[in-house]
Amino acid sequence: MNVRDIVSTLEGTLLTGEELLDLDIKAACGADLMSDVMAFVNDGVVLLTGLVNPQSIRTADLMDIRVIVFVRGKVPPKDMVAEAQANGMAVIATRYSMFLACGRLYAAGIRSGGTRDIR
Amino acid sequence: MSPRYEVPGGDLSLAGRASAEVKRAPGRLGVDPAAIKRMAVATHEAEINMAIHAGGGHAEAEIVPGKIVVTLRDEGPGIADLELEMQEGYSTAPEHIRELGFGAGMGLANMKRNADELTIDSTPGAGTTIMIMIRLDTGRT
Ligand SMILES: Nc1ncnc2c1ncn2[C@@H]1O[C@H](COP(=O)(O)OP(=O)(O)O)[C@@H](O)[C@H]1O
Ligand SMILES: [Mg+2]
Repeated sequence: MNVRDIVSTLEGTLLTGEELLDLDIKAACGADLMSDVMAFVNDGVVLLTGLVNPQSIRTADLMDIRVIVFVRGKVPPKDMVAEAQANGMAVIATRYSMFLACGRLYAAGIRSGGTRDIR
Repeated sequence: MSPRYEVPGGDLSLAGRASAEVKRAPGRLGVDPAAIKRMAVATHEAEINMAIHAGGGHAEAEIVPGKIVVTLRDEGPGIADLELEMQEGYSTAPEHIRELGFGAGMGLANMKRNADELTIDSTPGAGTTIMIMIRLDTGRT
């Protein structure tokens, strides 16, 4: 599924990252805990989060995550969007809750959790 | 080449500079990106720890043939019981840090997982020095 499909599946708004609309995404991870993102997430996922804070952008950048979705109608401030843009990331805002946003992406075809094996 | 980065205390919005620089360092060209990423993740965890738990400190990065070494020094309270603090889930982070998405007690274990060598030298009351080493010739990903 590409970024364009993610935006439409979530009835979301793309805040930056036009150039990534055709990027193919195979896995997704929903997390508010950046500690977990740093410990478990693989490359190339879409990150869904309710944490609107510069650290969500920085953690995503650190983990080579190019696409980030803010759930529950949260809209990041301009400077955060600018930081994401400078990092070459796409930012999407959706009014769906974490649960429903994840569910919609799963139903639309993203089936991998995007984490390393957890024992 | 051995750039030095100050990591301010308390202010998490400024932590992460050393790790971002490690990821973008000119010396990384031709270096396995997976190794650079492991270093960036371990360094990021250590920087956040310095900012949260130690009132800040500084980080130094060195890219030498065959390896990258990042050394982080602080003059915080130190780590009294390393075995306990290394356990996943153990954390003394305050509530306002948890609200920022950190303080899950995963940091030291994550540093150990990513580093090829991790040395933690700590004196309670005097501070902590952390050395993270990543080998560039192992082919580990
Ligand atoms: N640089 C440091 N100085 C003093 N204490 C530290 C330092 N780094 C880590 N610690 C202690 O080790 C604990 C575990 O660290 P970590 O695994 O990174 O978890 P977290 O940072 O989420 O609390 C911290 O809660 C803190 O008590
Ligand atoms: Mg930590």
